[in-house]
Amino acid sequence: MQFDSTQLIPALPEIFLLTLACVVLVVDLFIRDEQRIVSYAISQVGLILTLVITILVSQPGTQILFDGSYIRDPMSDLLKAGILLITFLAFLYAKDYLRERGLFKGEFYTLGLFAVLGMLIMTSANSFLTIYLGLELLALCLYALVAFNKDSTQGAEAAMKYFVLGALASGMLLYGISMIYGATGTLRFDELAQLVTKGDLNRLVMVFGIVFLVIGLAFKLGAVPFHMWVPDVYHGAPTPVTLFLGSAPKIAAFALAMRLLVDGLADLHGGWEGWQGMLIILAILSMAIGNLIAIAQTNIKRMLAYSTISHVGFILLGILAGTKEGYTAAMFYTLVYALMSAGGFGIVIALSRKGFEAENLDDYKGLNQRSPWFAGMMLLLMFSMAGVPPTVGFFAKLFVLDAVVSVELTWLALVGVFFSIIGAFYYIRIIKLMYFDQPIDETPLTVGMDTRLVLSLNGLAMLFLGLFPAGLLSLCSSAIGS
Amino acid sequence: MIALSDYLILGAILFAISVAGIFINRKNVIVLLMCVELMLLAVNINFVAFSHFLGDSAGQVFVFFILTVAAAEAAIGLAILVVLFRSKRTINVEDMDVLKG
Repeated sequence: MQFDSTQLIPALPEIFLLTLACVVLVVDLFIRDEQRIVSYAISQVGLILTLVITILVSQPGTQILFDGSYIRDPMSDLLKAGILLITFLAFLYAKDYLRERGLFKGEFYTLGLFAVLGMLIMTSANSFLTIYLGLELLALCLYALVAFNKDSTQGAEAAMKYFVLGALASGMLLYGISMIYGATGTLRFDELAQLVTKGDLNRLVMVFGIVFLVIGLAFKLGAVPFHMWVPDVYHGAPTPVTLFLGSAPKIAAFALAMRLLVDGLADLHGGWEGWQGMLIILAILSMAIGNLIAIAQTNIKRMLAYSTISHVGFILLGILAGTKEGYTAAMFYTLVYALMSAGGFGIVIALSRKGFEAENLDDYKGLNQRSPWFAGMMLLLMFSMAGVPPTVGFFAKLFVLDAVVSVELTWLALVGVFFSIIGAFYYIRIIKLMYFDQPIDETPLTVGMDTRLVLSLNGLAMLFLGLFPAGLLSLCSSAIGS
Repeated sequence: MIALSDYLILGAILFAISVAGIFINRKNVIVLLMCVELMLLAVNINFVAFSHFLGDSAGQVFVFFILTVAAAEAAIGLAILVVLFRSKRTINVEDMDVLKG
């Protein structure tokens, strides 16, 4: 096949980001400690430029390149834009925290940018090989980031747990991939989909492969019963890293699920050998265990970790519906969740200061008296996570439930509603602590202008998207296509 | 002649040993790292066997990538182990109990 450099154009965002990460790596070697802000500035400007490039190369229709390893379609464009935007927020919220604790190093940005590169590759993968490489690039960077604070025992322990369970998940995923490769003889998703539609495959080997694939996927998403790492990692990692790994990689994990299950194995959706049944079990368990155990937590990072698990249950509900509406709703939910989670951990960072981590629920007592504005933002974020109208979390849940009801799984929608009502308790408890209790700690908040501004926009976006959800929904709908 | 199923059974046994090793092991974190490596090698046997019997080279290419990633993974794992040992002075799995709840 003739090589033509115009073929590289759809992959420009990845190429640019790779160059950027290398530039940050090199530039960082030549600057003094007090000039670290340069690495930060290059990373942020670079992320914005990558976002602009992603928008410029986007167009309707799909393009497949590199012998079918790489795909650019409207779904990848929208998810990439989401990932880049959320990473921008994560870096911005992290800056002051890292600075105060002597962690303001170039490595944070290099590792972060390589992780973003892994996520972009995952969203654009069209073969098992590409998706595996993207996943590992993301995972390896995240393991290192969790152990970023070298003096923290908690951080090292969390990183070790994350590493072992993450590697186990990759192993499961690979075993599943090897089985599916054995049954079909192809690694490309589009060819795989054709072969599955034609039938005449060894059913037993395929089912075996899909089971391992779904287990690996559930580990990466953090769905029950493969969720053990989530609370420990969220708790042990430095808060800015928790913010980062709790938001943008969720979008990438959604892309992973869509590429593997929907692009590759859409026709094995229903029936006894299909993946719908497995996802139903994962979704119910995630919503149940996530919401129930979150009630018992006194540490807000652990509480948000269990809340993540329950939100993953909802995202799985949308995917398992197996219709265009279901995928659209799941995508809407994922993007909104990433934004909510970034905002929530952003508040935790804003309340922390040198030598003090606002990790316990008691630290939120009387926040309204200390800073009414931040209390208001936290109120919007918590209402959105609980799914209270008019915030966007309500519509995200509504669209998912609507999709589930329309495929005649009404009982499953009822289970979802039941557990989200239980879940509302612990979100509203935080609001109660903020507004109706006396503050224990009267120290005024010191938050930089940029963080204050972006955090406010983040909180108000919950309200704005909730009042006008149609724009984002139509974007998601057109991204899923037919 | 060794049949495809023999290779797959070998792969499955190795895979099962590595998973069991991760869950049963209560002593040493380094053994966990060894189990992770064994797991990837079990997958490699599957890939090579399928690739040979299907007459398709893509599986063998995949194996090269897995080997490379496994090397990178071992590097990161050992680096984390060093950090862990520095702060805890032990690599006993049972002592990893700061985080729970």
